[in-house]
Amino acid sequence: MRGSRRKVLKAGAALAAASALPGKAFAQAGPVKIGMSMPQTGSLGAGGQAALVALRLWVDDVNQRGGLLNRKVELIAYDDQTNPANVPGIYTKLLDVDKVDLLIAPYGTVPTAPIMPMVKQRNLLLMGNFSFQVNAKVQHDMWFNNSPWNDASSWSDGFVKAGQEAGAKSIAFLAADQEFAQNLANGARELSKKANIKAVYDQNYPPTTTDFSSLIRGIRAARPDMVFVMSYPNDSVAIIRAVNEIGVGSSVQVFGGGMVGLQFTPIMTSLGSLLNGVLNYNSYVPGMKYPGIEDFLSRYAKRAADAKVDPLGFYLPPFNYAIGQMLEQAVNATKSLEHRRLAEYLRKNEMKTVVGPIRYDKMGEWANPRVVQAQFRGVADKDTEQFRQAGKQVVIYPEEYKTGNVITPFEKARSAK
Amino acid sequence: MIFSFDLLFEAVLFGVLLGCFYAAVSIGLSVSFGLLDVPHVAHPAIMILGSYCTYIVSGWGLDPILSGIVLMPAFFVLGVLIYRFYYETFERRGTEAAVRGLAFFFGLAFIIEVGLILAFGVDQRTVQAPYIGSSLALGDYRIPYRMLVAFGVALVLTAALTLYLSKTFTGRAIKAVAQDEPALRLMGANPVRIKQWAFGIATGVSALAGAMLIIVGPVEPAMDRVYIGRTFCVVVLAGLGSMTGTLAAGLILGIAESIVLMMLGASWAPAVAFGLLLIVLGIRPQGLFGR
Repeated sequence: MRGSRRKVLKAGAALAAASALPGKAFAQAGPVKIGMSMPQTGSLGAGGQAALVALRLWVDDVNQRGGLLNRKVELIAYDDQTNPANVPGIYTKLLDVDKVDLLIAPYGTVPTAPIMPMVKQRNLLLMGNFSFQVNAKVQHDMWFNNSPWNDASSWSDGFVKAGQEAGAKSIAFLAADQEFAQNLANGARELSKKANIKAVYDQNYPPTTTDFSSLIRGIRAARPDMVFVMSYPNDSVAIIRAVNEIGVGSSVQVFGGGMVGLQFTPIMTSLGSLLNGVLNYNSYVPGMKYPGIEDFLSRYAKRAADAKVDPLGFYLPPFNYAIGQMLEQAVNATKSLEHRRLAEYLRKNEMKTVVGPIRYDKMGEWANPRVVQAQFRGVADKDTEQFRQAGKQVVIYPEEYKTGNVITPFEKARSAK
Repeated sequence: MIFSFDLLFEAVLFGVLLGCFYAAVSIGLSVSFGLLDVPHVAHPAIMILGSYCTYIVSGWGLDPILSGIVLMPAFFVLGVLIYRFYYETFERRGTEAAVRGLAFFFGLAFIIEVGLILAFGVDQRTVQAPYIGSSLALGDYRIPYRMLVAFGVALVLTAALTLYLSKTFTGRAIKAVAQDEPALRLMGANPVRIKQWAFGIATGVSALAGAMLIIVGPVEPAMDRVYIGRTFCVVVLAGLGSMTGTLAAGLILGIAESIVLMMLGASWAPAVAFGLLLIVLGIRPQGLFGR
């Protein structure tokens, strides 16, 4: 009996010693809670889940480094189902029930828009997550977006310029009838007007549209020189397919611009060669060099395989990891979780992240935007790994990242290698 | 607004194809809700389940449409089991239970959606077939083959179900149970077994409709929500339980939507579809082909 008790005590001591080995010792004050809602289902779910993998990677990394203020970091994320109606309730719960210390916005403009008045009213720091102009009207001074764009021109300029270089005189707009696409469309309309490019087709479509053949026929009938599409992931796939089947017309020089989803690996793989020729925005494409990005992507890829999400993770994940890095820098520098102090630090200092240095303007958007417009070329069917190569998305804009010239017209670009 | 007769013709032509697609995704509901009065809001979710099963089976090298046909018996059994559960727990307890049944079917839809997310993730899934991504060129017109497949499936399903319901004993019994259940019971038939059989057919048909759905476009687990309004609209517009009416209602909706999309603006399309439903119900509350 005595022998067995000794064995149990030994085993218990060994277990306690083993559990103490790999982790860090944290202070008794409880974890630093970071809360967010994230689209994990619905049309933005694929992107949202990949982004969460990156954020959790940062949480593990920061905890390995001793956490924030010597306290363990805990991420609380709820699924908003890409439904903006769910988002205010989730943030109320995060603040009033979960008592989170810091907030990150959900991925996307549409889910973020409903909480902007609330965070402004409560004077809260909110780290934006790939929203577009969501703070333009609210003007909250504690908002910091991780996306590499600021105003409409930062997004659309490269696309309009590519069209101008091809001698485009007319443009067709096709935009989803929701916040993000409408914000982008309004800016793009102004830009094209300034560039003396006439709008010959301008349609908004409801989010429930299932087939785009009729709209593509309408665009073809209008014979535009450029087609600027602002769509969400499911729509983007349907639009690309309809263009492939019906044709958009020989007059079109450039096609694409603001199609969300064409950056997600599963969508790129499933569309394959249908993507060729499309000139579309992106946040990161292989070949862009930032300190730490390659290490991040290789570590992300391992976790993404287990989580069955975007295996490459070029679009959202590095920028979500960057949110964590920015919070870490701000908390460590100010030694505080006070939102006002953190916001002040973020506004005044350059942040070092895996997506390069970030400095903020007074609206909390990037002072030096880095949206790339890249043309898909030589993409083959059913091959995910090909997208790791630099030449599959040729960067047309901006100049500092340019890897080639745009091929026009669109029909010719579709067969270009 | 762009107008030309060529464009109008194209809009009508494509509206016919789109309408047939709407009819094909609604025809199962026309049996379960239209004939059996079961508030089957999980119909689109079962269709999406059919799409994912098609994705798996076609991955073994089988054509997607054939995969849908192969899946029909399994879905028939699934339908029988679902109805049996619904009957035992809700329907046999009276009319108020039917309202609670609505919650049951919402729950079922939710379980299917979450189950698909757990099994497949939230990414879109597509299938490959020679008729996906290519189109038939007729002069200046190009008609996507995938929509022609939807057209064919809708016609075959409508014809098969119409013949089955009018020419076979069980089919006539299904129609009878929809019209007068006590009378059917007096004739010595068991209405519950008939309804169970009919619900099985409706669910089996959903497997083929699901196959067609993944042929027409990529699917993701939450896509059922897009189709709830549209499928119920088609069934109610048709007049509950009419198979040919479902095809006609699908065509009306498809043509109206296509013309509005191309000529007036996409934002008006849902308003026109549901406005049409309101007008028809105002004039004929029993629907276009209802008695």
